[in-house]
Amino acid sequence: MSELTLFLIRVAFLAILWIFVLSAISVIRSDMFGARVPETARGAAPAPERRGGGKARKPRRGSPTHLLVVEGENPGVRAELADAPLLIGRGSDAAIKLDDDYVSTRHARVAASGDEWFVEDLGSTNGTYVGPVRITQPTTIGLGVQVRVGKTILELRK
Amino acid sequence: MSQTGTLMGFVHRRRRGAELFLLLLALAVGIGAYAAVGLGVEGEVPADLVGYGGWLTALIVAAHVTVRLVAPYADPVLLPLVAALNGLGLAVLRRLDLTYEANGLDQHTFARQQLTWMTLGVVLFVATLVFLRDHRSLQRLTYTSGLAGIVLLVLPFLPGIGVPINGANIWIRVAGFSFQPGEVAKVLLVIAFSGYLVLHRDALALAGRRVVFVDLPRGRDLGPILAMFGVSMLILVKQNDLGSSLLFFGLFLVMLYVATERPGWLVVGGLLFAAGALAAYSFVGNVQNRFNFWLHPMDYYDASPGSGQLVEALFGMGWGGLIGRGFGNGFPERVPFAYSDFILSTVGEELGLAAVMAIVLCYGLIVERALRIALISRDGFGKLMAVGLGAIFALQVFVVIGGVTGLIPLTGLTTPFLSYGGSSLVANWVVIALLLRISDQARRPAPRLDPVDESAADSESTQVVKLR
Repeated sequence: MSELTLFLIRVAFLAILWIFVLSAISVIRSDMFGARVPETARGAAPAPERRGGGKARKPRRGSPTHLLVVEGENPGVRAELADAPLLIGRGSDAAIKLDDDYVSTRHARVAASGDEWFVEDLGSTNGTYVGPVRITQPTTIGLGVQVRVGKTILELRK
Repeated sequence: MSQTGTLMGFVHRRRRGAELFLLLLALAVGIGAYAAVGLGVEGEVPADLVGYGGWLTALIVAAHVTVRLVAPYADPVLLPLVAALNGLGLAVLRRLDLTYEANGLDQHTFARQQLTWMTLGVVLFVATLVFLRDHRSLQRLTYTSGLAGIVLLVLPFLPGIGVPINGANIWIRVAGFSFQPGEVAKVLLVIAFSGYLVLHRDALALAGRRVVFVDLPRGRDLGPILAMFGVSMLILVKQNDLGSSLLFFGLFLVMLYVATERPGWLVVGGLLFAAGALAAYSFVGNVQNRFNFWLHPMDYYDASPGSGQLVEALFGMGWGGLIGRGFGNGFPERVPFAYSDFILSTVGEELGLAAVMAIVLCYGLIVERALRIALISRDGFGKLMAVGLGAIFALQVFVVIGGVTGLIPLTGLTTPFLSYGGSSLVANWVVIALLLRISDQARRPAPRLDPVDESAADSESTQVVKLR
């Protein structure tokens, strides 16, 4: 086996190794932001309007416009859904700031996906409940569905 | 804490095709390295290349098919990275075996044994993915796994099954197989820490007294986890296993910091580490030696215990230069334990800095993927577990590569997936399976849980508005 052949083998191997590493990085790069999927492809009802620009969206008739505290320490506090995503918690950066001792600093979040509204627990101590169920992942909520955080109950309203 | 993909209006793609493509490249790395070893050392393509390559391919394909079937949304990069590192490690072990055999040493079947362990690792990887459909069920086992981890750490002390090897009491021998229970214990302790911290992190972060500039949590919040941690540290120090003690300490600190978001923990941890290191330096002769070898390696070259191993490794890497000597043209056998702790010096000598950097980058990518999984995970337990598992990799690689290259004092740990060591290899494959399971949950589009609302939203005319 000549010196040159061995040298070429070594360089070829190092090239394969680096091609592998660089391809892995390029897959990571293309994976960074995922893929936007049309709403219809996700099995949702064919929506007449696209989710564009968030705030600029015109509210459809019958869709909720604000989130309201209906029970607890701060009844009547509300936040407009146009400012979504809304943070619920005791922290000062929360859109709905609650004085409830059983609520975490950053307790839950309400956000939109297409025409649907989701509530998501942000790892709170006492959990977020939709109806009687403690949620573990983003859960769709409709109009009038009661979301309980700590001793406070919130609802989506028209 | 993080923006989840689903709420930002996109879903993650499955990317299984990209994974397959990367796996093929990873196989080319593994099998190519094996062929290059044969060509370089023996001057011919190894006779068992087809059998070896076939076996490696079968293992990787089995892992890939399992991921496709039971975790279709899992991260596409982790498995190929692991496959490439494992394949390269096998080839380097094979290269050392050939020299050990030529020199008439007894132990010259490391590659073969490693392949057996890898098979077991892949089997457990598949089993973990198939039987663990939701990582959150592990949260129920918080205290059980903490207890199991501590029991595993104690096992080497039991007479009959515990055997001291190379001065450390970290091995057990059952039915002819020796095993390091500590490698499994670290995975169990990550599960225990994350299960505990996810429930108590608000209490840990908010309730408590403020001392100087650090918020000290209440004893009843910190107590259980401190006990778990303290017991495992005591055991490790007693076992004379410095590398693992460092690993556990760092892991505990990282998880506490991530869970509470209090930088004060890093200050406390840094001070504790300094105190611990000083105490170890003053009272444990072994540690003093390690420091001296690190600061003045050349002075202790001929001493016993001396720095011969480290110096030979440094010579080897220097001799390797940028692109190495080529397989078969170096003298990695001059470094004791070149097949385990010092495998990176073999790579550095025969493949050069170019390959060492590629390997370090692969580890970096594994850690990056683990942290990204933690970012996009939708539940706190998964977040903490992914961070913990990533931190294990980061710390372990830093400690062992830093030690081998003379950056920090040497402490013995295995290089994940590269070094010879069955327990470490099997445990790390399970770690990768757990990470894939969490990432599958995290990247999966959020399921619709509320069919009643959905139908109500679809047909406005028949909508029933439940006003109280």
